[in-house]
Order: sequence, then C-alpha cells, then structure tokens
Amino acid sequence: MTRILLVVVVTALYLLHQDFWFWRTANPLVFGFVPIGLFYHACFSVAASLVMWLLVKYAWPAHLESEVEQQQPEEDAAR
Amino acid sequence: LIPAIVVFIYLAIVLYIGIFAFRRAGGREKAEDYFLANRSLGPFVFLFSLFGTNMTAFAILGSSGHAFTNGIVTYGLMASSSGLVIPLTIFLIGTRVWALGKKYGFMTPVQMFRDRWECGHIGTCIFVVQATLLVPYIIIGIMGGGTTLNAVSGGRVPYWFGGAIVALVVMGYVFFGGMRGTAWVNTFQTVLFLLFGAVAVVVIGVAMGGFANAVKAMQASPALAPLLTRERISPLYFFSYTFIPLSAIAFPHILIFCLTARKMAQFKKTVIFYPLCILAIWLPCVFLGVVANRVTDVPQIRAKQEARRVLATQGKTMTPEARDELREQSSGDDVLLRLLERYAPLWLAGLLGAGIMAAVMASDSQILALSTMFTEDVFAYYGGTSRFGEAVQVQTGRIFVVILTLLAYAVALRAPETIFELAIQYAFSGFAALSPLLVAALFWKGSTKWGALAVTVWTVVAVVAVAVFQSMVPAPAPGPPTLIYSLGGYEIVTRTPGGTAVLGFMPVVPMVIVASLLMIIVSLVTSKPRAATLQKYFP
Repeated sequence: MTRILLVVVVTALYLLHQDFWFWRTANPLVFGFVPIGLFYHACFSVAASLVMWLLVKYAWPAHLESEVEQQQPEEDAAR
Repeated sequence: LIPAIVVFIYLAIVLYIGIFAFRRAGGREKAEDYFLANRSLGPFVFLFSLFGTNMTAFAILGSSGHAFTNGIVTYGLMASSSGLVIPLTIFLIGTRVWALGKKYGFMTPVQMFRDRWECGHIGTCIFVVQATLLVPYIIIGIMGGGTTLNAVSGGRVPYWFGGAIVALVVMGYVFFGGMRGTAWVNTFQTVLFLLFGAVAVVVIGVAMGGFANAVKAMQASPALAPLLTRERISPLYFFSYTFIPLSAIAFPHILIFCLTARKMAQFKKTVIFYPLCILAIWLPCVFLGVVANRVTDVPQIRAKQEARRVLATQGKTMTPEARDELREQSSGDDVLLRLLERYAPLWLAGLLGAGIMAAVMASDSQILALSTMFTEDVFAYYGGTSRFGEAVQVQTGRIFVVILTLLAYAVALRAPETIFELAIQYAFSGFAALSPLLVAALFWKGSTKWGALAVTVWTVVAVVAVAVFQSMVPAPAPGPPTLIYSLGGYEIVTRTPGGTAVLGFMPVVPMVIVASLLMIIVSLVTSKPRAATLQKYFP
C-alpha cells in the first residue's frame, strides 16, 4: 500500500511540473521581483526534495544492502 | 588581472588536491583504487562530487545564456525537471548498480551488461557508442576553460594558452589522483560555487539598483516582458524536456561514480539533497541570465540584444548562414561573465571566475570514465590485464588520460565551438535513448542481448538522422516552425528555430519510446540468458 501511495505521489509531482496555469503571466511578483512561474518551479524543487525524503524513508531498498553485507563476510572468510 | 590571479591560485589548489590524493593512495597500483577510489567515498564527498560531476560548463554558463535568450522557462525546462528525474533514477538505478558492483566487482556499465546478457561484442558496441557520445564533452570542457580564462583576464591570457593550462591541470589531477583526486576536486568545486553563487546574486542585484526595478522595467517593455513568462515555449516542448534528464544515469561517468560509495546509505543524502543543490546553483544563474536583458551599460550585452532584434525583425528575409551568424552573436553564454566583469568587485569576480572554472572543468570525470571504460571494457576484456598484470592496466589508464587530453586540446584549438555544442545536445538525447538498457537489465528478467543491441543501433541511427536532418534543413527565423512532413493533416516533422519537432515533441521523446519498444519486442522473440545468470540478478 505504501509503495502504491509513493508511486501516486511521484506521478502527481511529475504532472505538477506541467504548470500550464502560470504559463502566460509573470504576476504576482513574489518578494517584488521573482516572477510567479519561476517561484513555482523553485518550490517544485523543494517539493522534489521532500518526495525523495519520503522515498528514502519508506521505500529504501535495504535488501540490496543486506545482500552485499552477507556476501562480504563470506568473501573475507574465503580469503 | 586580479581575477586571473585568483583563478590561477585556484588551479594550483586543485592540482595539489589531485597529487595529495595520489599520496593518500600510498602507491597502490590497484585498478579498483585508481578508477573507483577503492569504493570508499563517504556521504559528503559522494553527494558533492556526484553533483559537481553533473554541473558542467553547459549547466552554469549555458543556463544563464539560455535564460538570457528564452527567459525564466530555462529553470523549468532544465533544472526543476532534473531535480525530480535525476535523484529518482539514482534512487532506483544507482543503488542497484552499486550493489551489483559490490557483489560482482563491476567497474563499468558495459561489464554489467556483458554479464547480465551473456554477451561480448554487443558490450563492445555499447562501449563504442557511449565513448563516442562522451568525447564532445571533453573537448567543450577545454574550450570552455580557454574562453573563461580569456574573459576573466580581460583578454590577457590568450585562448590557446588558457585551454592548455586547463587541459594540463585536469590531466594532472586525473593522472595522479584517479577517482579519489577527481572526487575531492569536484567536492571542492561544488562547495565553492554553492558558497559564492548566492553572494554573486546579491552583489550584482545591489549594483544594478535592485532586482525589483529591473524586473518591473522588463515587464513594461513589450520585447522583454515575454521573458518573464513562458508564452514563447509550447507546452509539448516543455513536456519533452522532462525526458532529457534520463540521460544523466545513462552517462558512464555518473554510473561509474555510483560504484564509488562506501555504503549504500551514502545514496540517501545524495537523493534527498540533489534537488536543493540544483535549486541553489541554477536559480541564481537563470535569474541573472534573465535580468541581464535590462543591462544597458555593457556594450557586449547590448550587441547581443541588437543581434537578437535584427534576427526577429529581418530574419525571414536573410540567408540561413546570415541567420546562423546572428544567432551566434546573440548567444548569451558569456552574460554571466560580463555581469561579473561589470558589477562584481575584483576579488569576487576572481572567486566566481574560479567557480565558473570549476564547472567548466567538470570534464575531469568524463576523461577518467573513458579511461576506466577503455582499460576495463577493452584492455582487460581482451586479455591485457591477465597477460601484463593490474599495475600495467593502471599505467595504461594513465597513458590513456594523457593521450585523450592532448587529442581533445588539439581538436579544441582547430574546430569551431558550435559544432561541439550541437554534438552535446545530440548526446543528451542519445544517452536518454540508452537509458532503457539499464531499466531492462535491472528490472526485467525477459530482456536479452539482442534487445540491447537493437536499442544501441537505434540510438546511433536516431542521433545521426537528427544531426543530418538539422544540417541539411536550415533553422527558420524566430516564429512558427517550417513544416517538413505531414500526414492526414497532422504535422509529423517540423524544423524549429531551436531544433526539430516530431508531432510537436523534441526528438528525445520518440527516441526513448522507440528504444523502449525495441527492447521489449526484440527481447520477446529472442532467447534469454541462462537460469543461473538470471538467478544472480533476480534472486
């Protein structure tokens, strides 16, 4: 269930990249000088970082790490 | 001259870092130590050097140049899409490649493909295509070095000498330090740019009389106001650009870099902080590129604006050659340097010149990657290491670094820069089209070596076809694209001012989709690897 939710979140973020609603306007100017389209995508980068944090927290492929760790002692013993 | 002196001090520091890394290696002549830093990089170095490896001259100078011409759309096109796709691919693919490298000792992507699909010469084909697509980056890095040193020294350091110095410094620390030296230098470079990029924005903003005034003046100008929106870019083109960052994980130097982490946990910080690093570097570069359009007291910037105006108003009646010349004149790749020259105090211009130099010198990873690929995928694979030993393999890698750098320098002196800039654009699409190889190898049991060959051949055919098409059909003047082929009332292929469109998309979209379909269809009708091999990858 968690994985499905994460796939939905990542897909939603990908779709949110296509922000056609701010396509033809620079207003409002955030902080008085940042066009809204640029500010939106700066916020998008922060959102991407948060989604990556969610992936790392809830979908980290820990089995890959344990497979490697299992193999290392075997190799050390063989030497 | 002060900025040039600061840059020279910086170059001396990075050379020292490379030699220090050589000493740290303690004279060990093991391939894994030289080419992969003994798979021992910690989280901090891993994050910053992986990020720094991706921050090329194209990313820093090219982003502000693109923003100067196209406006704020540059950030959404190139930065925010990369901030999502690149860490996602590192999370999904980089971690798996790291684990396989640790388990089976792979040092290059081709080694993994050969083992995964039980193939030999098909792996060599993949090596040749990867290497061919990578070479233009090395050449453009040296060209960028020559141009940057020439600009920060106010023309006192000639282009040929600047290029030679950059080539020698990069060759020096890659030769001595190998992956360890390259990673430390990249970390140093990234930290430098992260620190001074924000300072540059503040200093230039204050010197320009505040950004609020500049942006409001741009809004009031009919010619400049569109640069604050995305109205000149089609949504399909914008969407297409999200396919380009797929190239990052398919670049051999990035994938090889994924093998250098000491533990898989090192990937966690990289994946989380990658979008924020992109934000910190690209946002200032893009914003400064956009507001450079309001600068009226820098003759070089005014000349670019005038060339752009002539192109827009009279371009349709000009010859293709005259249009290309005006495009070249209006190109904004040096606007960041011009802004620094005009508005930053000398010490800051020097430090930022060094930061830009750092980005330009990102070709170090590509040189090392090509050396690793040559020695592992060709020298070792065809019996060199078993006959002559591992120490000779490392020495061969070092000799390869020297020969490659000297050749790249020789080409950089003679060939026009635009050719390689174009080649890099094709290379991005090419590596994106190769990304299905990784997905199929790691996630699909049913993939076969023939599917891999089909993807590789398709990539070559598509890249060459786009290059030939664009050289034969001249780019139209700014405005609506030229229709080349239509079917049933639909515009199939059009030539746009900036490239080519297929059904309104950039060529990278059909290239990736067709590559994926070829991998599926060809794999379904050809024989799979042995069960024992599949068991290694899908336990």
